[in-house]
Amino acid sequence: MARQPIRPATTHPKAPTGIHGLDTLTQGGFPAGRVTLLEGGAGVGKTVLALQSVAHAARELREPAIFVAFEETSARIQANAAGFTWFVPSLTRKQLFYLDAQPSVDLVQSGGFDLGGLLAALDTKIRQIRARRVIFDGVDQVLSSLADPLAERRELYRLHEWASARGLTTLLTAKNGVSEPTAQRAELLQFMADCVVSLEHAVIEGVSQRTLRVRKFRGSAFQENAAPYLIGAGGLEVAGVEESRVPARLASSERVSSGVPRLDTMLGGGFFRGAAILATGAPGTAKTTLGGAFAEAACERGDPTVYISFDSEAAEVVRNLESVGIRLRRHLGGRRRAGLLRMSYQRALVGSAETHLLQIQSLAREHAARCLIIDPLSALANVNDEGRVNSVARRLLHWAKSQNITLFCTSLLDVGAVESEGTPLHISTIADSWIHLSYVARNGERNRCLSIIKSRGTAHSNQVRELLLSRRGVTLTDPYAIGGEVLLGTMRWERERAAEALRQETEQAERLKQLKMQAEEAQLDAHIHALHSQLEAKRAELEFMKHAASARRDAAAAAQREAMNRRGADELKKDQRV
Amino acid sequence: MSSRRIKGSEAPPAAAFAFRLYITGSAPSSVLALGNLTELCRCHLGDRHRIEVVDLLEHPGRALADRVFMTPTLVKLAPPPELRIVGSLTDWLAVLARLGVRPAERS
Repeated sequence: MARQPIRPATTHPKAPTGIHGLDTLTQGGFPAGRVTLLEGGAGVGKTVLALQSVAHAARELREPAIFVAFEETSARIQANAAGFTWFVPSLTRKQLFYLDAQPSVDLVQSGGFDLGGLLAALDTKIRQIRARRVIFDGVDQVLSSLADPLAERRELYRLHEWASARGLTTLLTAKNGVSEPTAQRAELLQFMADCVVSLEHAVIEGVSQRTLRVRKFRGSAFQENAAPYLIGAGGLEVAGVEESRVPARLASSERVSSGVPRLDTMLGGGFFRGAAILATGAPGTAKTTLGGAFAEAACERGDPTVYISFDSEAAEVVRNLESVGIRLRRHLGGRRRAGLLRMSYQRALVGSAETHLLQIQSLAREHAARCLIIDPLSALANVNDEGRVNSVARRLLHWAKSQNITLFCTSLLDVGAVESEGTPLHISTIADSWIHLSYVARNGERNRCLSIIKSRGTAHSNQVRELLLSRRGVTLTDPYAIGGEVLLGTMRWERERAAEALRQETEQAERLKQLKMQAEEAQLDAHIHALHSQLEAKRAELEFMKHAASARRDAAAAAQREAMNRRGADELKKDQRV
Repeated sequence: MSSRRIKGSEAPPAAAFAFRLYITGSAPSSVLALGNLTELCRCHLGDRHRIEVVDLLEHPGRALADRVFMTPTLVKLAPPPELRIVGSLTDWLAVLARLGVRPAERS
């Protein structure tokens, strides 16, 4: 690397490859107008990578390209590439020109040769179609036929000089190896190229694992770590590339329902949108049911949702959830109409954790998912070495967060693991909400309990609740606490019944007492009424008596006056007059 | 056709050899091949041959049209079948064997 100049990262222009992840690794693409080597063993996807990048350039960037095939015939290469979605057969010969340069079978070689003829031919073609990119596919093949290390070096430099002088973005693909003379040739190629990308295909514990690494990049900074990649219908995709600049996103304060009303209450209104939720528990603690409830609520809200099941077929999950009143079938959509819910069954044993991650991501992208359920995430742990799986799980969470997708993962958890905070994938620390489901076995019963271990940014209940599954749905009930003991299941039910009977008895007694008192009150009322009447009578009598007395007095006075008149007596005093 | 005719009469004799040699200017292997071919023909084929030289630097279109990518390339046009030999033709015996020519005595 003595030739690597010390320069700022942005001096040299980049030629984008259009390959997801690779452009991030290389901070923009291959060096434009320079030579890049793609090396790796047979079948790692060197040709696919090269072809995919030039197809992208030809179509999207209007940069025509020439593909020089040293190894396979162009017809075969095109036939192989036809399976990829990006491969457009309609790319004209003016956009992508294939040049078959593989030696014919009856070719005889005697003595040294050079690639002058090829370069002359390319010059003509480049002028014709204004090509900006050239691929030399299987350059090691033609170099090895030179059968002379010195000649190899000379021809390689000829190629390099030719490409650099014309400012062509050049890709060389070559096999690498540790045995001579491949190793020597690989070293020479690595030294000469301005940028080297190594592809590797290993099988770890029976699981295929492909990794890609940028080994060198003259004049540019790049991410040096090996990144896993996948070859699917969409071509080559590089995973595990952390975007160095995560776009700033406002943390959502929108709440989304968990699908279980009382759980929402426990969480103070539900999960935050974009949160990562982890539901752990032993087998049979209704983790899938919680996931299903969440999915149903999401669909009813109108959120496109993806449900990834590792344990059982999608149809089975739907059927099983129907038994607890969670109806997902109507959200699935039919042949004609796409539904809000997309269910996918992935067998954990098929493919590596990386493969699953990429599949999950592309499915979510395709469906524009706002909610994602993975049941269970711990299935990934079965397939691969632990370190890698942890990183996959972590990346899944980060990715979902960056996409503002609300992620609901279930995970198998052994009894006692909660205390040690050890989820199999060590993701409990980065999950926003952690719900733990457990069994409480007592008095010959197992009852499901739900507790919220943590929930970032939301007030949440500290109480353990009993989770009840019935045909009508999922509910949480308050635990029956008595004398410092929490009762569950039938015990709770019996206690509740006894309490109910007692309550009813008390209620009746109270009612009786009330009635009695009402009767007494009525009695008193009547009494008061009677007394009132008596009083009225007395008052009337008194009035009458008063009246009678005065009348009597008047009559007596009149009589006296009459008598006095008759006797001719003195005039009456003023007050004696009527 | 601006290719140079090196050797051979206007009407070569029956069963004569017709060659076309593709070269790239004065590249060492091209120069070597031309020298080797001329000498080889003179020694072993006498007058029964004709050589056409195509310089691909002057006629780059020919490389594409004739599918010649490694230079020098010798094409035996006659007698049939057509045969291609790539390289500077340093191993005379091997070249002659491929051409089906028995080496002349005391060459």
